[in-house]
Amino acid sequence: MQLIECPRCGPREEIDFTYGGQAHIAYPEKPAELSDEAWAHYIFFRDNPQGPFAERWVHSAGCRRWFNALRDTGTYKFLAVYELNEKAPVIP
Amino acid sequence: MSISTPEMPRTPGADLPEHPDFLWENPIAKRNYDVVIVGGGGHGLATAHYLVKNHGITNVAVIERGWLAGGNMARNTTLIRSNYLWDESTAIYEHSLKLWEGLEEDLDYPILFSQRGVLNLAHSLQDVRDSRRRVEANKLNGVDAEWVDADGVKELCPIVNTSSDIRYPVLGATYQARAGIAKHDYVGWGFARRVSQAGVHLIQDTQVTGFLTDGDRVVGVRTNKGDIGAGSVALTAAGHTSTLTETLGIRVPIQSHPLQALVSELLEPVHPTIVMSNAVHVYVSQAHKGELVMGAGVDTYNGFGQRGSFHIIERQMAAAVELFPIFARAHLLRSWGGIVDVTPDASPIVGLTPYENLYLNCGWGTGGFKATPGLGHVLAHTIATGTPHELIAPFNLDRFVNGRLVDEHGAAAVAH
Repeated sequence: MQLIECPRCGPREEIDFTYGGQAHIAYPEKPAELSDEAWAHYIFFRDNPQGPFAERWVHSAGCRRWFNALRDTGTYKFLAVYELNEKAPVIP
Repeated sequence: MSISTPEMPRTPGADLPEHPDFLWENPIAKRNYDVVIVGGGGHGLATAHYLVKNHGITNVAVIERGWLAGGNMARNTTLIRSNYLWDESTAIYEHSLKLWEGLEEDLDYPILFSQRGVLNLAHSLQDVRDSRRRVEANKLNGVDAEWVDADGVKELCPIVNTSSDIRYPVLGATYQARAGIAKHDYVGWGFARRVSQAGVHLIQDTQVTGFLTDGDRVVGVRTNKGDIGAGSVALTAAGHTSTLTETLGIRVPIQSHPLQALVSELLEPVHPTIVMSNAVHVYVSQAHKGELVMGAGVDTYNGFGQRGSFHIIERQMAAAVELFPIFARAHLLRSWGGIVDVTPDASPIVGLTPYENLYLNCGWGTGGFKATPGLGHVLAHTIATGTPHELIAPFNLDRFVNGRLVDEHGAAAVAH
């Protein structure tokens, strides 16, 4: 079981956390003007890269707060954790 | 002088013929094919088979980045059933089950298809209601299904713990008697042998990295060993489809997740059916040789690593031991992970794309193996005629825009 670094509580076991999918999906600015296709993409379509992926996690068995993480979907390694309002860090 | 040997009882599989020296050719890729199928797993091989058999199209290449049937085809739990809830799902899976029932003759190759029935357990009043509803829906769709109570479960599979004092007591189950298992390797090899005999080129160890296009047509595939021209292209690459379509600017609503399974050491026959439980989340069958084959759900996070989290296995084993107390002393022999592509409505995406001769087949999630012959049959029809077969028309990519989803999530004992 791998350790995940909660920004507030520190490293905890993976089982303490819940996955929230891709990060940085903003609610449409003008929802009334969205086409069906644009709505579909907002609701259903997400990136699915093999490699670094910016995603949301919540420390559900701890502080119960959300944070973002950059994780490699090939190795499952957490490359960085950061706050919801921060931009995804660039990993060299 | 001939020596006669006495007839001895034999275990299933012991009567298999010796394998021939080779089952398929390993040809050098030609410059052009009428149809290029990307992905040499069960779906790709079955599609090639029905292109040959039903449409007389033999100038076909199946391109596989690893070895034939070595991806999810070698990483699944081989369950075959058609007791889904929604009409569209039932139709394609039942079509497939009917083909499974004649596949051994069709391929002229043993696939050890064993129709031993599946029990989908109910552990709560709501489970019972949902299960009864699904049984009635199955019957209306011409699929064999019945509701059995806890005593019925015990009769069909005596090792299930049906006592009322466990945490999630078994209140009953749906039962589909025609459900079964098959030997996954033999299924892959049977298809491969058949299509190779017919002249289809099976190109292994070759990775498709992109496409050659001309306007709204795909005219070939790029591979790590050179370009190959194609009249039509079908994508049957399971968990890796989205990385391919991305190169064409086509987005598919897919998230790839690790799905784990495991087997026990060999045991004598103890488990006569397939048992699935969504509530405590484990599914078990006993393979022909004697291993208990067990699966559970996908890991929640995205992943391509062909391995998963340990706690998923831990929970699955806890559920298995509570349901089957006699498993407590069985040893785990090995576990593995496959990558499944999961869609928002837990149904596959099959059919046309914005490129007029590019066909999509992905998003089967945890249910792809059982669909192998059925999908091959209808995808071959779709490629040969350029029109979606009626059984896969509801699974077109545009359902996410027009809202006609086939939402099987949780409805049909699916595991993701």
